[in-house]
Amino acid sequence: MTATTLQPAINVLPSKKTPIILTVIAVITFFSFGLLGNDQAAHFTLNSAGDAFELPELVLPGRITNIVFGVLLLAIAAYSWMQRKQGKALATWMIAVAAILFVLGFLVWVVSGANINSISLASLLAGGVVLAVPLVFGSLSGVLSERAGVVNIAIEGQLLGGAFTAAIVASVTQNAFAGLIAAGLAGAVVSLVLALFSIKYVVNQIIVGVVLNVLVSGITGFLFTTVMQEDPELFNSPVHLPVVEIPLLSAIPVIGPILFKQSVIGYLMYLAVFLVWFGLFKTKWGLRVRAVGEHPKAADTLGIKVNSIRFWNVTLGGIVAGIGGSFFTLVAIDSFTKEISGGRGFIALAAVIFGRWNPIGAFLAALLFGFADNLQVILTIIGTPVPSQFMAMLPYLVTIFAVAGLVGRSRGPAAAGEPYVKE
Amino acid sequence: MKLELRGISKAFGSFYANKDIDLTVDDAQIHCLLGENGAGKSTLMNVLYGLYQPTEGQILLDGKPVEFSGPGDAMAAGIGMVHQHFMLVPVFTVAENIALGAETTKAGGVLDLQVTRKKIREISDRYGFDVDPDAIVEDLPVGVQQRVEIIKALVRDARILILDEPTAVLTPQETDELLDIMRQLKANGTSIVFISHKLREVRAVSDVITVIRRGEVIDSVSPQASTTELANLMVGRAVELNLNKAAATPGAAALEVRDLSVVDPAGTTTLDSVSFTIHEGEILAVAGVQGNGQTELTEAILGTQPVTGGSVKLAGEELVGKSVKSILRSGLGFVPEDRSVHGLVTQFSIEENLVLDLYDRPPFGKGISMNLEAIKKNAKEQIEGFDVRTDNPLNPASSLSGGNQQKVVMARELSRDLKLFIASQPTRGVDVGSIEFLHRRIVAERDKGTPVMIVSTELDEVMELADRIAVLYKGRINGIVPGDTSREVLGLMMAGVSQEEAFAQAEYSKADNEPVEAQPASEHDNQEGEAQ
Repeated sequence: MTATTLQPAINVLPSKKTPIILTVIAVITFFSFGLLGNDQAAHFTLNSAGDAFELPELVLPGRITNIVFGVLLLAIAAYSWMQRKQGKALATWMIAVAAILFVLGFLVWVVSGANINSISLASLLAGGVVLAVPLVFGSLSGVLSERAGVVNIAIEGQLLGGAFTAAIVASVTQNAFAGLIAAGLAGAVVSLVLALFSIKYVVNQIIVGVVLNVLVSGITGFLFTTVMQEDPELFNSPVHLPVVEIPLLSAIPVIGPILFKQSVIGYLMYLAVFLVWFGLFKTKWGLRVRAVGEHPKAADTLGIKVNSIRFWNVTLGGIVAGIGGSFFTLVAIDSFTKEISGGRGFIALAAVIFGRWNPIGAFLAALLFGFADNLQVILTIIGTPVPSQFMAMLPYLVTIFAVAGLVGRSRGPAAAGEPYVKE
Repeated sequence: MKLELRGISKAFGSFYANKDIDLTVDDAQIHCLLGENGAGKSTLMNVLYGLYQPTEGQILLDGKPVEFSGPGDAMAAGIGMVHQHFMLVPVFTVAENIALGAETTKAGGVLDLQVTRKKIREISDRYGFDVDPDAIVEDLPVGVQQRVEIIKALVRDARILILDEPTAVLTPQETDELLDIMRQLKANGTSIVFISHKLREVRAVSDVITVIRRGEVIDSVSPQASTTELANLMVGRAVELNLNKAAATPGAAALEVRDLSVVDPAGTTTLDSVSFTIHEGEILAVAGVQGNGQTELTEAILGTQPVTGGSVKLAGEELVGKSVKSILRSGLGFVPEDRSVHGLVTQFSIEENLVLDLYDRPPFGKGISMNLEAIKKNAKEQIEGFDVRTDNPLNPASSLSGGNQQKVVMARELSRDLKLFIASQPTRGVDVGSIEFLHRRIVAERDKGTPVMIVSTELDEVMELADRIAVLYKGRINGIVPGDTSREVLGLMMAGVSQEEAFAQAEYSKADNEPVEAQPASEHDNQEGEAQ
């Protein structure tokens, strides 16, 4: 039997969003960064201390560079309008090129206009990765539990609980690794509460998550003032995890410090991203987890224990986030302070969405946010024409744009947030 | 494998969905469970599949009593089930869906889909399924998704296969193919429990038919029983299956739809330049497999669906761009496809539901006040006129059965003076007795001179009511044909075959080989004796 297929008669043009955004950034680059920009040159160094060999310094004249970039961006924007007219979407690599041109143009503009006209690209990237560590762990926690169908708003609480427990245990035992393990356990405890209430007692997952964040913040704040501040010597001077340098490899410029000069948690991060990705997409366990998050009833009719999988996945997520939280007190900062996680749990949540619920995507998204965070710090130090308060907004602005506009429609697990109750 | 159910009862609170049911399915037998919606067929099968625990009774497989604490146990015992709503993960591939729960793995729990793919190809070849193991399930047509479900059961060595209303989502041709598959499975020794309320299919394929009504087994009959006999058993009283409506006397053109198009938010064209005309005193039925633009079409006319182009003129007046309220005011009576979501406020009383779109007009409303007396009087009249079975008009609409809920919606919409009447799935999930009643009301409205548009995925209903039939396929009208067009032609057109080609093919196959309707024990009474 031959079925004649009918083709739709009217063509639907793709959304105007991409060409509009491209035009706006092209105009900004051309006029604000280029024509109205600074004549001075921006210096970018690529080397950091301990490198095996020297790379030349990158010198870009402020105004000329941005005029060139602006023209290129305008060309891309025009091309994108033309493509839209023909009903086609712009190729992803062109969007990526445009994004890179814009970011570079922005960097050239701020650095050329700053008091000190030089920044180190190597430390900008390496520092970004370091700041991204807790975000990556947090987003992995989100991926683990949302893939199984439980929305995890409590990442912030898990990070904070991990940070606090790591500090107190590493101080008392004088052993950083004991602190690391304790942090994982603390994250698991926070998760257990989430799992118990949202899965067993079918309380709204968002509400439990929000309440948990407030609860953990309250408890750690209380214990900080009553216990830690009474005897900071004993309770709040955690031993730090060592930074492990891999000989030779760590001396490669730019990528050496990023990949081969990390704390134990830094290496764990790369391992965790790979393991979660491999587990979710290549193993039997992962297939079941994803099935439970997409269509729990289908999984149930095949004899898979939906709520048990959800329970253990949320708990596992808590362990991961707890370890991420220990980064604050065992690597980054000398001691615990109130609200040390500073809302990074929520940025991690954004990374989950931006990364489309994929561990590698979430990792890259977290890196982007970490990079924006570090850029803000460095730009404040070199003294830019932009007020530092605005610079401090940068990571959050990047987050909003990333989640709202640039990803397009991102589809999460179909059953995330819906409790599974057998009739 | 032989299956016996002995004295199975399943109670939800004080309500018995199944009461003392005895059923025996022999080896390699196709056993049909026939009953209306809500008769308790699905509940019984969920008990058998381990999804529900029976309140009382025993399940025996090959004479040995078994107990299932979950679907896993039932599967291990050799029972497979194809649910009415497919239990497939839409974003997974066919192989992933079939492997799920019974995965073959390499060292360290790493998935090995190669084995699954091989099994799928084997079964697919044996039964001529033509299923690609690496296709994403949500991209497949429903008929193929159903085969994936069957493969899923067969991979797990199911000896007893339960098919729960498997034909509800299929075109007539796909249905015939499924019936063939069922016969093949039977030939290979699989027992099949076939749940349905469609008499034609049941008679074509079953070895034994067990009729269930209100949770109890009424009788077991052979497929030789006539359709009228089956329908009477199913409903519990004599039903008239034939509408015997008079020929239409169409008047002037009333509704003119021109190039109506709808694009959904994802950018897919769901309604593509649809044009048709309905005359006064005529029923135009829109046929098609579910999801081919029917919902969009009716909602676009009602005004709840944004239109990307085209025009809808009722008695010369343009409706596109007007508010829903003013469209209703211009004389549209609208029965939505899902009565409990869009047709009723189920928590409201029957009385209130009967004036949902009239509450602010005289005699029911004036200024900011409502005339409660008039509303009460109206309710009394409508409940009597439409034979709504309730003891109190102040009961919530949710307390009514499906058929009675639909009567409330229909009563409300027909209580105004109409210039156009649109009913989507007017009898979905409605008992056979009420179907007859509602159909007569629709025809009565036509005979008053109102143009009527019926949207239905039930081909029997379309053929029963239509004066003309428009077939929707992928958002386009794939031809408008006379109301007495044969089932086979309509089926081909619903599958996308063009009108001319469909007629030609039907002609050819009539000469060449007998269609499925003429399978076992056919007394050639199919044309007059179809329920639903």
